[in-house]
Amino acid sequence: MATFKFELVSPERILFSGDVVSVIVPSVEGEITVLAGHAPLVATLKAGIVFVQTTDSNGKEFFVNGGLVEVNQAATTILAEHGRFIEDVDSAVLDQEILTAEMKYTGSHNDDEKKRLHDTLVQLREFKHVFEQRKAA
Amino acid sequence: MPSLKDLRNRIASVKATQKITKAMQMVAAAKLRRAQAAAEAARPYAERMETVLANLASGVSGSSAPKLIAGTGADKVHLLVVCTAERGLCGAFNSSIARLARDKANALKAEGKTVKIMCVGKKGHDVLKRQFEKDIIELIDLRAFKQVGFVNAEAIAQNILARFAEGEFDVATLFFSKFKSVISQIPTAQRIIPAEIPAGTKATEAVYDYEPDEGEILETLLPRNLTVQVLRAILENAASEQGARMSAMDSATRNAGEMIKKQTQLYNRSRQAMITKELIEIISGAEAL
Repeated sequence: MATFKFELVSPERILFSGDVVSVIVPSVEGEITVLAGHAPLVATLKAGIVFVQTTDSNGKEFFVNGGLVEVNQAATTILAEHGRFIEDVDSAVLDQEILTAEMKYTGSHNDDEKKRLHDTLVQLREFKHVFEQRKAA
Repeated sequence: MPSLKDLRNRIASVKATQKITKAMQMVAAAKLRRAQAAAEAARPYAERMETVLANLASGVSGSSAPKLIAGTGADKVHLLVVCTAERGLCGAFNSSIARLARDKANALKAEGKTVKIMCVGKKGHDVLKRQFEKDIIELIDLRAFKQVGFVNAEAIAQNILARFAEGEFDVATLFFSKFKSVISQIPTAQRIIPAEIPAGTKATEAVYDYEPDEGEILETLLPRNLTVQVLRAILENAASEQGARMSAMDSATRNAGEMIKKQTQLYNRSRQAMITKELIEIISGAEAL
């Protein structure tokens, strides 16, 4: 299968770098699957799971919250504001993220920003719900 | 002529100091490794961010561009964000950053512009307040944080953005020390508002699809870019500080070693002189009998 270069970077480190078959990205307007030869695209991300398919039968998952994805001919890059390996994520981590988002929301005075932070908060809560259901299953 | 006891005390105290500087050097070396790794790990993100930003910025036209790229149109009030260390004993590290900031502030004042200074780190504040006491608008203290990270950078960036939104300044410049190697740290001034698009990054030809839309992405991206630049400055600074401290403590240890050698020689010489003198006294005493 055709592969392309993919990188997932958070401010602290590079989480993933290598050739992949496909990447599923949680954009604010819905999930996007990127395959080799995808049209150039820039999209902002919401809280969710990035699924990276490295070979036909192998995949890796990462948790991201905020940031953006850039797709061009050369490579696909995710700049995640917060990023973690999925194994490092549990309810406590999510609670912490939600708490930080809440604090930012109450501390903000700018209307535009407030709206954005509110969206983030809703996304995070939603994700936590999905995450816990998934773990229970 | 110092007495033998004086000399012994002096040697002992230099030895004690040498032990301290030696320990500080080793601690700095250990911390440096971690700080350097952190600074290097943060680089790819900042670099990718710059590329994406350059791609996006080349697409927006002059008048519709957000203020963070285009500026306010004025050039009256300058904000200098001076990042230094919280602790001293690291050679010329703090003073070289402060000097760069001071020169810039003086140059701006000579041009008749207003200067405001924001200090990140106590040491820069200590130096700058002598001359610019009333221009310093804030001191951000990071002493409580053992490992500075994204959270700290975000808080500083939010602070700067809030002030910018209030119209408190037109141009912001960030002062920090770039980590080149253990013995070489370069004090750097970087303009952060309006954002400086590095000349090296070439915009790709491709036409991008934007989701949701270009303006909105830029609006979220620009503040984040500011955070990343501040984070990079803080991390580079942390590595530079440890590097500077390591080399400063290394030469301090070496100087102490030299001093001990000299003092020991002096001690032995005067001890011998004393013995010789006593012998002469005994012999001449015996001869007189």
